[in-house]
Amino acid sequence: MTLRTRWRYLVNNVMLALTGFCTLLTISILFFILGYLVWNGFTSLDLAFFTELPKSPGEAGGGMANAILGSFMMVGLATVIGVPIGFLGGVYLAEYDGGWLPPVVRYTADLLNGIPSIVLGIVAWNLLVVPMKTFSAWAGSVALSLILIPIVVRSTEQFLRAVPNSLREGALALGANKATATLTVVVPAARRGILTGIILGVARIAGETAPLLFTSLNNQFWATSPNQPTASLPVMIFTHAISPYDDWHRQAWAAGLVLLAFVLIANMTARFVVSRNAS
Amino acid sequence: MQPKVSSMSSPSFPTKMHIEPHSSGAANTPTSKEAKMRAANLNFFYGSFQALYDIDLEIQANRITALIGPSGCGKSTFLRTLNRINETIRGTRYTGEVLLDGVDVKSQDVTALRRRVGMVFQKSNPFPKTIFDNIAYGPKVNGMTSKQDLEVTVEKSLRRAALWEEVKDKLQKPASALSGGQQQRLCIARAMAVDPEVLLLDEPCSALDPIATLKIEELLFSIKDQTTIVIVTHNMQQAARVADNTGFFMLGKLVEFDRTEMIFRNPSKKETEDYVTGRFG
Repeated sequence: MTLRTRWRYLVNNVMLALTGFCTLLTISILFFILGYLVWNGFTSLDLAFFTELPKSPGEAGGGMANAILGSFMMVGLATVIGVPIGFLGGVYLAEYDGGWLPPVVRYTADLLNGIPSIVLGIVAWNLLVVPMKTFSAWAGSVALSLILIPIVVRSTEQFLRAVPNSLREGALALGANKATATLTVVVPAARRGILTGIILGVARIAGETAPLLFTSLNNQFWATSPNQPTASLPVMIFTHAISPYDDWHRQAWAAGLVLLAFVLIANMTARFVVSRNAS
Repeated sequence: MQPKVSSMSSPSFPTKMHIEPHSSGAANTPTSKEAKMRAANLNFFYGSFQALYDIDLEIQANRITALIGPSGCGKSTFLRTLNRINETIRGTRYTGEVLLDGVDVKSQDVTALRRRVGMVFQKSNPFPKTIFDNIAYGPKVNGMTSKQDLEVTVEKSLRRAALWEEVKDKLQKPASALSGGQQQRLCIARAMAVDPEVLLLDEPCSALDPIATLKIEELLFSIKDQTTIVIVTHNMQQAARVADNTGFFMLGKLVEFDRTEMIFRNPSKKETEDYVTGRFG
C-alpha cells in the first residue's frame, strides 16, 4: 500500500467514525430524554392521575384529569379551526399558483410560522379574552390554531407539488374540471403526506405552553364550558414544575410523560392507518 | 400533383384521392374520409418561444394519423393543442384555428371537448386507485352514477383494451400493481371508457417492450372503426405499421403530410427522406 492510499483509508475511517458518533449523539439525546421522563414520571403515574382533579400542595395523590380533557378539547378545537383553513390554503398555493397573490400568501405563512408562539398568545388574548372579559378554551384554541395554520398550509402545498403532473393531466384529459381533478386525484395521491403534515402540526401544538398562558390560563377544577378558564397539560406542567412542592414536581413529571405518550401514540396510529390505506 | 407542403394556408387539403392501404369496405366511403379534426394556420408559443409554425393538417375520421419527427420538433405540442391540454401550462398561447367537426375547439366547453377528444400519455399515469376506479373515473366525472352502468362500462372498456381477461379477478387491486404494458393499456381503456370520438396518443409505447407494443398496436386497429386516432411516435417502424397517414415535423414545421406509404417509400422532401432512412435524427 502506498502512503497515499494509506492516507486515504485513514481519512475515510476518521470521517466515518465522526459521522457515526454524531448520529449516535443525536439519537441518544432523544432516548436520554425519553428515559429520564419515564424514570421520573412513571413512578408517579397511577389511575388517579387520569381520573382525579389536582390536589392542594401537601395532600398526597390527585391527578390531572381536567388538564388531560382540557388539552384534548383545545387541541381538538384548534384542529377543527386550523386544518380546513390550512389545507385549503395549501391547495390554493399548489394548484392555483400564478399572479401576485400566491407568493404573498406563501411569504405570509412563512412569517406567521416564524412568529414566537407567545406573541400569537397575545393576539388571541386581544381578540378574544379582552372582549369576552374571561380566559377561555376558545381563546386558547384560536391561539393554537394560529400556530397550526401555517404549518398545514406549507406542508400541504409541498406534498401536493410532489404529485406528478401527469396525474393532473390524466384527470383533465378525461373531462374532469380543475376542482374535481384536484379533489379526486391530486389530493388522494398526496393524502399520506398531507396527513403526516397535519399530524406533525397537531403534535406541535399539543405541547405548546406559551400561547395558553394568558388565553386559557389554568383551572384547578373542571371547566364546564369552553367559555371558562381551562386547564391543559403543558400549563399544568409549567405551574407544577415551578412550584416549591415535591408532590407537585412528581405530578409534573407524570404529566410530561403522559403528554409525550399521547403525541407518540397519535403519531404512530395515524401513520399506521395511512400506510395501510396506501397499499 | 399532391399538396404536401405544410405552410399551405388554403383549406383545400383533401384534394389527394389516395387509396387507403389498410382500409376495406365501408371505411372507403367518402364520408369516412371527412376531416374529423383540422388545424389551420396554427402557430403555437411557449411564452416568447414559438414551437409551431403555420401548421395546416387534417385528421381524417376513423383513420390512424401518425406524427413523427426528431425530439423537440413540436409533434407533442401539436397533439396537445387538439384537446387544449396545453392550456394547463402557464404562458402558452396559439394563433390560428383548431377545429373539431368544423367547430373551433376554443369556442367549446373545455371539459366537453376533452370528453370527445381523449388522450393517452407517454408515461402510463394510472391514478392511485383501484383498477375499477381508474376505468370508472371518466364516466363518473361525466355524470354516470349508477353502479350497474359503471360495472358494464368498466368491463366493456377493459375488453376493448384486451385487458379484461388479465384483470377481471383483481378489479379491486391498485392499478400500480400491473406491469408497465398493462398499465398503459389500462390508461387506453380509461380513455376509451368515455367513448371519445378522437383518441390522442403521445408516444404510448416508448417505455414498453416489443410484445406490449404489439398488443397496443393491435388494440389501435381494433378501435379505429369507432375512433379517430392520432399517435405521436419516435418509432418509425411503428408509424409505418399502424398509420394510414403520417406527418413529419421538424423544427416546429410540418414538413410533409401524406399517406404513410408515400412518406416512407416516396417522400417528396429531402428532409423527410433523410429522416425516415435514418440519415438524420
